[in-house]
Amino acid sequence: MQAVKTARFFPICGERRRPWKEPGLSFYDSYSAVLVATIAGIILVGTAVIAAKLLAPFGRERGKDVSYECGMLPIGSNWSQVHVRYYLLAILFLIFDVETVFIFPWAVTFIDFPKYVFYEMLVFIGVLGLGLAYAWRRGVLEWGR
Amino acid sequence: MNLPFLVSDKWYDIRDLGNLSGAILDQLDKVLPYGLVYVIAILIGFIASFLIFVLPTQLFLGVLGERKIIGRIQSRYGPNRVGPFGTLQPIADALKLIQKEALIPTAADRWVMLIAPIVFVAPAVLLFAVLPFGPNMVIADVPVSLIYFLAVSSLPVLGAFMAGWSANNKYSLYGAMRIVAMAISYEVPLVMSLLGVALLSSTLSLQGMVFWQKDVHLWMIFLQPIAFAVYFICVSAELNRTPADIAEAESEIVAGYLTEYSGMQWGLFYGMDIGYALAAAAFASTVFLGGWSMWGLEEYVPSWLIFAVKTQLFYLLFLWTRGTLPRLRIDQLMAFAWKFLLPLALLNLLIVATEKVIWTQEELGDGIVFLFAPINIVAAAVLVYAWAKVNGYRPENTPKKPRMVKDATGYIPASGGGR
Repeated sequence: MQAVKTARFFPICGERRRPWKEPGLSFYDSYSAVLVATIAGIILVGTAVIAAKLLAPFGRERGKDVSYECGMLPIGSNWSQVHVRYYLLAILFLIFDVETVFIFPWAVTFIDFPKYVFYEMLVFIGVLGLGLAYAWRRGVLEWGR
Repeated sequence: MNLPFLVSDKWYDIRDLGNLSGAILDQLDKVLPYGLVYVIAILIGFIASFLIFVLPTQLFLGVLGERKIIGRIQSRYGPNRVGPFGTLQPIADALKLIQKEALIPTAADRWVMLIAPIVFVAPAVLLFAVLPFGPNMVIADVPVSLIYFLAVSSLPVLGAFMAGWSANNKYSLYGAMRIVAMAISYEVPLVMSLLGVALLSSTLSLQGMVFWQKDVHLWMIFLQPIAFAVYFICVSAELNRTPADIAEAESEIVAGYLTEYSGMQWGLFYGMDIGYALAAAAFASTVFLGGWSMWGLEEYVPSWLIFAVKTQLFYLLFLWTRGTLPRLRIDQLMAFAWKFLLPLALLNLLIVATEKVIWTQEELGDGIVFLFAPINIVAAAVLVYAWAKVNGYRPENTPKKPRMVKDATGYIPASGGGR
């Protein structure tokens, strides 16, 4: 079991099977796989798009490049106004998302700390619950207003 | 605990493909420089995960599941003309799409519209990098792979918004606003539900979670039924799957953010929906269903096979909801995320934290989880029922007769107003 748990980094092949592994690289090893994956993903999409570009027919014609609205020519500007509730929702999301950034480290490590750390986070979550209740009461969560 | 097969390093031991790739890399290491072997190792990992996972799914679930089963649910035949039982339909679709002209309207922001599919699709490859297929089969065993997965899986929303914004079309813009609103609303309860999981297992590594579930001999779904339900609902909303696909609702806004896309670029968006659903299913089966472990069965059956089967079964759950549930309205979905799922996830977090404190303070053994599991299941049922009662989700609250616009909520859309 211990041997398995130490074989954390890398692939498809465990620690013991890596004679080429140099010490000191272990943390960034796994992230370089992420880099390679990014490049692979971009190449994958690029290939599909370029292949379509090469294979697909192309003809220029009037009316083909007009934005779709209902079959007629589009009326007015296409960037229309958007309701303000999207903005309120974004603010609410920011509050709760930043909160999770604080809770994640606590969730993993709080058992190693004294017990008051646990109660502190309860207070923190309680304050957030109050915030949610306030937003609820003010009607931010009502979509159809 | 002794796991003899985990330390067998024979290359022909296919219960863990890490042995095979390790043997290949050993040989390559003698002739190639370090960096190149490294890149080859990563590529082998991706090709293996593609062969194990994505290809059979695209071929069999992509058609036989996604289209045939849904067809059967809706009392019709699925595709049955191309190849045996219609299995070659996705290949025919891809060939057709690649030959279609990709139009870009003159009013559109050309470059953003070209980049949007790349931003949407590329993270799908990244997601599979951190999923453990077996004890030694992780392409990138990042110590914070849970947060990595959450971060990367919210990237496609950016791509969808770029697509909707750049197309310079009213329907696209509404679809883009809707998808962003949906994604950020459902992101919060999703992260909250996964906090409970991280808290209980005290790790942020997906591989670590599988080992934790293996050690206590109990899957996370039994310990955290609320978290599982919240995760499932949230992820099907974030993936724009049918109970929540208001971002591309055909009957309301033509095709949402995809209105102006055609040809292969549309195909990339469409095909990657399956890719993301698959990644979400794989993540759920890792976190909640024990990943590659199966109560000792993984000593005999290849662990990657167990993982793939679990993922496909979870994917069937997505199909089931997609085939049976009707589309919900946007106000219902938003209210459900903020008023139902988020308080429930917060309560779940508190319950789990209390249990963890009891577990560690009282120096109880791992066996205590078998006591926690029934408690949590009962608590989940009670909480869901009570909170639904408080919120007013009752059958008698459903309006019997259609309401007029002025009675509904008092909101009358202005001309061109952003619905």
